[in-house]
Amino acid sequence: MEPLKNVKLSTKNVNLYYGENHALKDINLDIATNKITAFIGPSGCGKSTYLKSLNRMNDLIPGCKITGQFLLDGEDIYAEGVDTNVLRRRIGMVFQKPNPFPMSIYDNVAYGPRVHGIRNKSKLDQIVEESLKAAAVFDEVKDRLNKSALSLSGGQQQRICIARAIAVQPEVILMDEPTSALDPVSTLKIEELMNSLKEKYTVAIVTHNMQQATRISDYTAFFLVGEMVEFGETEEIFSRPTDKRTEDYITGRFG
Amino acid sequence: MAANVKENSLCKKHRRPSDIILQIVIYICSALVVALTLGMIIFIVIRGCEGMSWNFLSTPAFSYPYENYGVLGNIINTLYLVVITMLVATPIGVGAAIYLTEYAKQGRLTQIIEFTTETLSGIPSIIYGLFGSVFFYNIFKVNYSILTGALTLSIMVLPTIVRTTQEAIKTVPAGYREGSIGLGAPKWHMIRTVVLPSCIDGILTSVILSIGRIVGESAALIFTAGIASEINISSIGDIFSKVMTQGGSLTVQLYQYAQRGGAELKYAFSTALVLLITVLIINIAAKLVAHSVRKKRG
Repeated sequence: MEPLKNVKLSTKNVNLYYGENHALKDINLDIATNKITAFIGPSGCGKSTYLKSLNRMNDLIPGCKITGQFLLDGEDIYAEGVDTNVLRRRIGMVFQKPNPFPMSIYDNVAYGPRVHGIRNKSKLDQIVEESLKAAAVFDEVKDRLNKSALSLSGGQQQRICIARAIAVQPEVILMDEPTSALDPVSTLKIEELMNSLKEKYTVAIVTHNMQQATRISDYTAFFLVGEMVEFGETEEIFSRPTDKRTEDYITGRFG
Repeated sequence: MAANVKENSLCKKHRRPSDIILQIVIYICSALVVALTLGMIIFIVIRGCEGMSWNFLSTPAFSYPYENYGVLGNIINTLYLVVITMLVATPIGVGAAIYLTEYAKQGRLTQIIEFTTETLSGIPSIIYGLFGSVFFYNIFKVNYSILTGALTLSIMVLPTIVRTTQEAIKTVPAGYREGSIGLGAPKWHMIRTVVLPSCIDGILTSVILSIGRIVGESAALIFTAGIASEINISSIGDIFSKVMTQGGSLTVQLYQYAQRGGAELKYAFSTALVLLITVLIINIAAKLVAHSVRKKRG
């Protein structure tokens, strides 16, 4: 495969250890701007760990050690003096389990902008509305913005979480198996949403579901026990995998 | 064949004698608990009503120049103790709990601190009283004062607040924290906007438990807050200067009435009735507050 153009996030020789456990081994991977990159692989292969290292969520885990180079638009995100709060505003995250805060729908979406100092009510109103629209959930909740976000269905909650991530105007959105806790209808809605998201954002998604990867992603990386086995255009990976292990996995021989 | 079917019938109950006996024992145990509690409450209410009157509730007790039996002064003193103690202990306790769970590196030091707080909560209250009377005397140079009593009680209830708040903070789902941090929120912002609001139930519970302990405490107060029952408030300035004067709580007054015995014993029961009602009101208030908080969060 030719080198990617328009690389948003570039990682080189990434190694990650949880204590003694060598969880990521020499990962070299680039993520292209305004594309969806999917990470697939069996449980425990390191795909989620890798995703979380992209906005330094692993910093919260004691005993986690990371080496290698992570460049966001050419800037090292693990360099000394990097403000992780700014980093996480630029690289947002949507989690596996919908995790809206126990507050109103409005306050959930306005949370990020408020963190970053936006206090103006009409500005916040505008951000909340735009974000909810972009997350394709506005019509369903517009009459009850002041109701608790926990009263919504799982699929709606996850779209609220996507709206919440969008509200801080990130450049990259990381999604960690965002539909694994949802029913097929909600999953479909989120997949449709992702296609519109990539117009404005760069998306990296971890998924357990290979069909999902083929449906939504432009590029796919296959992980296996801490190694990145193969990376390429999704179509290529799924139709003509070059590595035997990739082929075995996508044809369902294991995993 | 037919007999076999019958033996396996779903409707037939197979009860072993030991089951029946155990069940009876359990019934008796729970009946005893209910009967004892109810019996005691009824007893206190009946005996307490004898000495109860508007005069008893609305005047302070004094014995010079003529006798008067009342508890208003003690009710006010108890309120003072509750308010001051909670104003001192809640921020310190919640702050310590936040530090221990969110900031401190989990290790030997936090283990030692947690072990110490647990031990502290098991120390008999009279020891706090003894310590408080000597320690705060050296600071305020007053033998007895409401402030001394309240500060002593603060030390006494701190472990409860710290431990309960810690447990409450630990129950906040990791997803909330990740969500907040993932949006670029600084740690303190996350704690303030997500962690504390979602464990406010637990914090309130610890506050209410502590208030219950304060209202019921006597041993730690006799040496520290003293036994006076006058009101001594005639101007706005007195409201504040009162904290430096002696003031006996309801329980201490109960102790005095009961100690003198004889005809005054009924006033001890009346005081007990006031205490019971106070505790009841606190518990109901606690439930209401927790309920409204939960409702607000949906």
